[in-house]
Amino acid sequence: MTDSTPKAVSLISGGLDSMLATRVIMDQGVHVEGINFFTGFCVEGHTHAIRKHDQKKQKRNNALWVAEQLGIKLHIIDIVEEYKSVLLNPRHGYGANLNPCLDCKIFMVNKAREWMAENAFDFIITGEVIGQRPKSQKRKTMPIIAEESGADDRLLRPLCAHYLPETLPERKGWVERDKLFGFTGRSRKPQMNLARDMGLEDYAQPAGGCCFLTDASYSAKLADMWQNRGEKTYDLDDIMLLKVGRHLRPRPHFKMIIAREDGENRYLEGYRKQFTHMFATSHPGAFALVEGTEFSAQDADLAARVLARFGKGRDAETVTVKIVPQNGVAHEITVPPMPENEISRDWYV
Amino acid sequence: MSRPKIRMADHSIDARRLLCPMPVIRLQGAVSKAISGETIEIVCTDPGTRSDIPAWCRVHQHEIVDQREIEDEFRFIVLKS
Repeated sequence: MTDSTPKAVSLISGGLDSMLATRVIMDQGVHVEGINFFTGFCVEGHTHAIRKHDQKKQKRNNALWVAEQLGIKLHIIDIVEEYKSVLLNPRHGYGANLNPCLDCKIFMVNKAREWMAENAFDFIITGEVIGQRPKSQKRKTMPIIAEESGADDRLLRPLCAHYLPETLPERKGWVERDKLFGFTGRSRKPQMNLARDMGLEDYAQPAGGCCFLTDASYSAKLADMWQNRGEKTYDLDDIMLLKVGRHLRPRPHFKMIIAREDGENRYLEGYRKQFTHMFATSHPGAFALVEGTEFSAQDADLAARVLARFGKGRDAETVTVKIVPQNGVAHEITVPPMPENEISRDWYV
Repeated sequence: MSRPKIRMADHSIDARRLLCPMPVIRLQGAVSKAISGETIEIVCTDPGTRSDIPAWCRVHQHEIVDQREIEDEFRFIVLKS
């Protein structure tokens, strides 16, 4: 790379589109480095990392893997705190679930623009394709992202550039427009063909979801948490815990997070100082955290019966459960496990 | 036969219980503050770090000079290039 070599920062998600977009620009002699943002909601195999029986599954950070395949540096940026403003008050609203995709894209391109300025880079690349995503990748949202992020004509989408106005890197001659593409729509065939032409045979599953906020079940848990707190707030521990265990709300004022296996038991045990928690002492079984403002003796009895249902003592006459209040004295109670048909489906969050 | 001696590092990060990519982000931050030739130790519990920490080091041309698994912990010592 010489001093005059143009430099681009590429938003790398770990999927195929950003991989192709980056390679298209690298092939034109541009120096490219990748940037990847961690919001806390990224699907990064956390469930596999926690669950014991998944420990042997191959795990990799797809963005890092893509960077290595392309031979570029990757800068992973923690935006958990800053991202709250995007999720809690999205100017452009949510998608089908609690996914603020358009605001998210604007935010990330803006962060890339800041990084570009701080590091004396010249332009930004994304793997966006018009029509690929229903909320954020539409013809009419492309100029909104460029404008509201402040990137303007320094934002280049190599895969659908032929349908968009000429950008600064094209006008400057840093990249040739003829060597860019005009992909549109939800079909993945053009990308797969391009990958094949480039000799890229291994890549993350195309069009795979990369954000828990697009998941209906996860969004329901997040909405339940906000509703029961009476305010839309969260921290990283909150959003990690929503990925773990069974979430049951037997009463409106408390929720149980019940581990499903040993790996989750160990993970939840790590939160024992921050939560009221409980576990069976008479039989092997699940560890549970209790989240709520009140937890009476009657609630404890109910929760213990529910917990006993999810352990080896489920068919026993009684199970002894140790309850450790967050700010109180630990005690044990002996209860009959709740019959399966008494655990209401409505309790599952 | 005695175990190979554990190296001491110039800087240390406890990334136990953090899930990927947080250990990588912590390492990235420590490496950016260190000077060339210094070493950074990171101890992790997420099995994903077995691939992610070496991958991050390769793409940024830093060297892992020691790597070992002790029970459920993964320990790396990274030499800043």
